[in-house]
Amino acid sequence: MKRSVALLFYSIGIALYCLVPFLWFVLTSLKSSAELTAIPPELIPSFHWGFYQSALQNYGLLHYVANSAIVAAATALITVAIGSLAAYAIARFQLTWTNFYLLLLLVVSMFPQIAIAGPIWTILDRLQWLNTYQGLVAAYIALSLPLAIWILATFFREVPREIEEAALIDGCSRLQALYKVVLPLAAPGILTAGLLVFIHAWNEFFFALIIMTDPTVQTLPVGIALFPGEYTMPWGEIAAASTIATLPLVVLTLIFQRGIVRGLSAGAVKG
Amino acid sequence: MKHLSKRFGAAQILQDISFDVADGEFCILLGPSGCGKSTVLRLIAGLEQPSGGEIAIDAERVDTLAPRERDIAFVFQNYALYPHMTVFDNLAFSLRLRGMSTNDIGSKVKEAARLLEIEELLQRRPQALSGGQRQRVALGRAIVRQPKIFLFDEPLSNLDATLRASMRVELARLHRRLRATIVYVTHDQAEALTLGEKIIVLHQGTIQQTGAASEIYHKPANTMVARFVGTPQMNCFKGKLDDNGALLHCNSLRLDLTGLLQTALARLAGRSLTLGVRPEDFHVADPGQGWISGIVDLVEDLGSDRFLHVKCDGIDVVARTGRERRIRPEDRIDLHVATEQVHFFLDDKRIEP
Repeated sequence: MKRSVALLFYSIGIALYCLVPFLWFVLTSLKSSAELTAIPPELIPSFHWGFYQSALQNYGLLHYVANSAIVAAATALITVAIGSLAAYAIARFQLTWTNFYLLLLLVVSMFPQIAIAGPIWTILDRLQWLNTYQGLVAAYIALSLPLAIWILATFFREVPREIEEAALIDGCSRLQALYKVVLPLAAPGILTAGLLVFIHAWNEFFFALIIMTDPTVQTLPVGIALFPGEYTMPWGEIAAASTIATLPLVVLTLIFQRGIVRGLSAGAVKG
Repeated sequence: MKHLSKRFGAAQILQDISFDVADGEFCILLGPSGCGKSTVLRLIAGLEQPSGGEIAIDAERVDTLAPRERDIAFVFQNYALYPHMTVFDNLAFSLRLRGMSTNDIGSKVKEAARLLEIEELLQRRPQALSGGQRQRVALGRAIVRQPKIFLFDEPLSNLDATLRASMRVELARLHRRLRATIVYVTHDQAEALTLGEKIIVLHQGTIQQTGAASEIYHKPANTMVARFVGTPQMNCFKGKLDDNGALLHCNSLRLDLTGLLQTALARLAGRSLTLGVRPEDFHVADPGQGWISGIVDLVEDLGSDRFLHVKCDGIDVVARTGRERRIRPEDRIDLHVATEQVHFFLDDKRIEP
């Protein structure tokens, strides 16, 4: 009893610690201009929706949301598609180099972004892909593939080999066995990988900043960062935009949480 | 299947395995775990590639073909049902892959489901089925295809004892009805002896003996087969024949062979010999009238009959007897065996004296 109470306080403490910045800008976004600059600061806002209206109308927020959605969705889809094939090979064919390959992937994903920013910018420049969706998506795919492959390989390894062999005997080719049997069974893994890649692409700032200089194709983080004008610092609009940028991630995670947790493989083999 | 061998790295799993399975035959691969019997099955299925030798189905070499081109069905030990599909879809999966029409699929699946009495389960998912039901679905998935060969990999080993016994009977019935060619792997001798028309005993990657159930049981080719088939195990007395072949020295035990086969064994005088007697071939004799005698160590009462564990000069002997006599631990008893019931093995191989 004593322990569970302590645990409860501990959990609440950690949750608060993580949520404070989030709560701060959510509360800020709901203030009126007067409350925003009031001294001493007001904690409880008056639930004024003016900043949201202003962010949407004066700063073209929806436009950035659309750009972000396109880039993040495309990145997630393509990364999972490519990553599945690689992860399947790693999980099923125990070749001598698979462990080395996995290690290599890990090393690659550790490179500091600034180290590869120059080459990526040059490559995209040559391809004339700067300021295009495909340019940013290509860069994101390269950045997220290692993580996706790691996650997917783990899930593929858990799909019982016999189920796939049954499919091969029932008349599937390797590729058919993969997408008719293995992929549906590894769905939680695919959701997890897809979601993580999506979130990463949605939040990414640095590459978006250097690749997308044209406001028409800029994504949310860059768009919001460029809200401040020469003489203005629109805190309210920034807070409102940040809240809107956060919402899709919260919703997506809540929707897919069940899918991620659900063990689809249950009942396949004795158990 | 000819001179098949399989190596995994340095480990030789199978050595020179050759056998034929006739059309419609129920063939059993029997052996202790790790003897390579499942590997044989996987080689036939094409899930593994042989290191040497050839495999042919209907006189057509298949060892370079992919599993799906071999027209075989495989029933896995753990069923390997597709968990994301209903029972109906599990059965229909292979038919759909071949582009069969929806009507034909429906009737074929229904027919198989009726045969296996799983019609009312068709809309369920594997998760919602019991072990026995899953086993039937796995069987159904093989049956709908009407393949040239059915391959079974210990299909009953995950079921409890009663279910296993009833599924065993059902499998035998199914085989009689479908006249299917079956290769069936098991380590369970009861399954092998009751189901198999031909039994192949495997041990350490080589074939020990091939034959009908009665042949395997009554004329085991070597001591490995003799000990592996039959419960309780065959009693084996390993010893040295004395000069005229009349006595077998087995540790401190002296076994008098005069009554059994003295003349025939004279030629083997001085050689090492193993003598085998099945527990059920021992009979309790009147005092002084038996072939060997000893002190009863333990009585296992199985209801229908009893297993007597007898200590004869430091050697444990098991005898299976009826319930006629009262026998208790610590009793001294005499056991008798008929001449023709004794098995002789020279260098672990069967000899007919």
